[in-house]
Amino acid sequence: MMVKHWRKTLEAICIPIGALLVALVLFGGFCAIAGANPFGVYSSIYRAAFGTWSSFQNTLIRAAPLMLSSLCTALPARLGLVIIGNEGAIVIGGLSAVAVGLFLDGSAPTIVQIGMALGGIVAGGLWIALVGALRHYRAVNETISSLLLNYIAIAILNQLVSGVMRDPSSLNKPSTYPIGMASMLGTLPGTRVHYGLLFGIVACGLAYLLIQRTTFGFAARIAGGNLRAARIAGLPVGKLTMAICFLGGACAGLAGMVEVAAVHGRANESLNANYGYGGVLVAFVARHNPLAAVLVSVLLGGILASSGILQRSHNLPDATALVFQGLVFLVVLYSESLYGKFEMFKERSAIAPSVA
Amino acid sequence: MLSDLYSSTQTPDLKVIDLAKQFGSLIALDRVSLHLQPGSFHALLGENGAGKSTLVKCIMGFYQPTSGEILIEGRSQEIKSPSVAHQFGIGMVYQHFTSVPAMTVAENLVLSRFDSPKLINWRQEMEQLQAFMEAAPFQIPLTRPVSQLAAGEKQKLEILKQLYLKSRVLILDEPTSVLTPGEADEILGLLRKEVTAGHLSVLMISHKFREVMAFADEVTVLRKGRLAGQGFVKELTIAAMAQMMLGEERTAKTVAKATLIAETPVLEIHNLCADKDNGLPAIATLNLSVHSGEIVGIAGVSGNGQKELVESLAGQRVPTAGQICVNGEPYTATRAQMFRHQVFVLPEEPLQNACVSHMSVSENLALRTFDRPPQSKQGFLLLRVMRQMAQTLVQTFSIRTPSVNTPVGNLSGGNVQRTVLARELSSDQIRLLIASNPCFGLDFAAVEYIHSEIVAARNRGVAVLLVSEDLDELLTLADRILVMSDGKLVYEGAIAEVDLTTIGRRMAGHSS
Repeated sequence: MMVKHWRKTLEAICIPIGALLVALVLFGGFCAIAGANPFGVYSSIYRAAFGTWSSFQNTLIRAAPLMLSSLCTALPARLGLVIIGNEGAIVIGGLSAVAVGLFLDGSAPTIVQIGMALGGIVAGGLWIALVGALRHYRAVNETISSLLLNYIAIAILNQLVSGVMRDPSSLNKPSTYPIGMASMLGTLPGTRVHYGLLFGIVACGLAYLLIQRTTFGFAARIAGGNLRAARIAGLPVGKLTMAICFLGGACAGLAGMVEVAAVHGRANESLNANYGYGGVLVAFVARHNPLAAVLVSVLLGGILASSGILQRSHNLPDATALVFQGLVFLVVLYSESLYGKFEMFKERSAIAPSVA
Repeated sequence: MLSDLYSSTQTPDLKVIDLAKQFGSLIALDRVSLHLQPGSFHALLGENGAGKSTLVKCIMGFYQPTSGEILIEGRSQEIKSPSVAHQFGIGMVYQHFTSVPAMTVAENLVLSRFDSPKLINWRQEMEQLQAFMEAAPFQIPLTRPVSQLAAGEKQKLEILKQLYLKSRVLILDEPTSVLTPGEADEILGLLRKEVTAGHLSVLMISHKFREVMAFADEVTVLRKGRLAGQGFVKELTIAAMAQMMLGEERTAKTVAKATLIAETPVLEIHNLCADKDNGLPAIATLNLSVHSGEIVGIAGVSGNGQKELVESLAGQRVPTAGQICVNGEPYTATRAQMFRHQVFVLPEEPLQNACVSHMSVSENLALRTFDRPPQSKQGFLLLRVMRQMAQTLVQTFSIRTPSVNTPVGNLSGGNVQRTVLARELSSDQIRLLIASNPCFGLDFAAVEYIHSEIVAARNRGVAVLLVSEDLDELLTLADRILVMSDGKLVYEGAIAEVDLTTIGRRMAGHSS
């Protein structure tokens, strides 16, 4: 059985790598036009992302929220929903985490942290569950409604941090009161990387198990694959929709909590740092496979981490990393259409596998 | 007059000589010859996988034959694509519908043209279409979206498309599998007339001997890719054709119906109302009961509310009013109720209705049971058990699949049907079975198998509601026949006392 599928496996490895190479070439062209040496840029990106242990830690710090955020798209995708409300769920999750953290101020740090995590999870979950409810009960397009909810979430954040929740001492950048150093999430032993990375990896692993190995995931895959078949099997499509949207939103909400509790220490406009849209891209590139999302998040985290050095050493605008990110994802999404198009990857049952 | 539809071009003479087609190591077609004379009605018989589709796909230019020739008007022609076939006046009506559901009949007809204009003058097109439709052998409202057509009407549209394209050689792939016998006879009769008048020649793939006997001039029988027999229909008997097709004398295996007194009501429907997709009422206050050990057949022309009735019972449509009771308890088709009352459904178009095409055979077989032991434990799937149970079902129901891990969408239509059948009939304690056109498009070995399974279930005391557009099927299987017309049940009779004339009149919507 395994022997038969080696070509498929090879295809699944070669096509994304090929896409990455093509994206690098295109980006090189862009850099050349902008007046930088493409090869110098490549090596800078590599060094800034993965070159040293210290830079790799930077990459991992950025990868953690991306992993969590990607699940907000990847999980509902198994039910056939295209949700891009990750940004909003992160913001609402972060806000709610701060609110709980401040409310529990003075309790033991572990209690505060658990409370903040729960606050982020529940708020983010409900936020996206709202999208699911609109979809299932009122047939509102989930992509559009989740996108619009992003703007609402950001507006709520701005309103609260410059209003009721504002710390008067935050002058230039309106913020909430800080949760206090004692309540901040710690770092993994021997690193600068916070526990959010662990949350991300564990959440992706659990999401994979949930979808592939549990009856809940099975039911979701049926409903995502064919709604009519799901109805004939009596599956509660509405409940499944709500549950999976809640879980997706909960992961993004946890990402918001991690950003607040491990990086910023308070809620302000930095919460809205594009990890949501990054997560959407990660989910699509990973083809909604939670395990692949871990790797793709590290890759994208690396690209994001290299943005500073491009500006400093190559005199390129700081949006250059975003151009690279955009190119990578466009090419990777395009490469999806190439599956099954190459003769060498077609399964040939008659031919014995040879070393390619 | 229909003859106005055709330009002055002649109906071409089509000859196939020693045609062979090989796929890898599989010989799908082995040196088959066939002659379709102008103005003749030729039937192509054979079981699933006998090579009928391969043969017509070679003629249509979908496949390039490995060897052999296709002669048109005596000259060897290479048919590279369907549009080349169209230039020779050859057109095909497929078993599966090829119209765009969201577009109207008129739009679909214009779309089907090979020379679609860049700009469409709708006023002019509509005038031409109106004229075409008036002269056509059957009519469909031009402005209606295809999604609102019943299966029978969709099939008529497929045939109309070919007439509209001025095809002079019509290849029909089981054209009547979605039609009522009345509709089938009407359509084939009209085509027959055109053939006799020399306007058309028809090559029809069929499983139904009755239609072959009634309408075809000549018949070619294929078996396992080879020519198994050929001849004039008037010189052949059904038994002889069946023997060519199966390679042996066919013995009809019908399960004897046990005499049961149907007393315990299993399914009771009270004043049920349901709407069509477009919000118009499809079923109006329908009352019906099905007892244990009884097959209740619902006859009717497609599009009279049968689809909506089955969907309401299967959980795919929410009724607007009324109540469904199973075993005396209200039934809303939740998973728990389905399991408690052991309700199973054989829907039509199983791949669209009851399977997830990209999921594996084993996963599809587990659709009803994946959340219970032994296939799962505390919310976790036991994939090994699932696969083992699937293996057993694949063997018991002779599902032909490379493995249980193959996506069900890769299987042939008949095997998808068997997969659903295996899932729905394998439970020991079925109480209620709802079947809708369960034999659509299957060869007769499979039909016979499904029929015997349904009767066997009835003999075990299962209550069966059988909705079918095939009256012969209902007459063979049902204990009681009801006729549905315009969303209402307009006739009821025990099988012993049914009166075919009355049934026909009621199906056609006559009240007396």
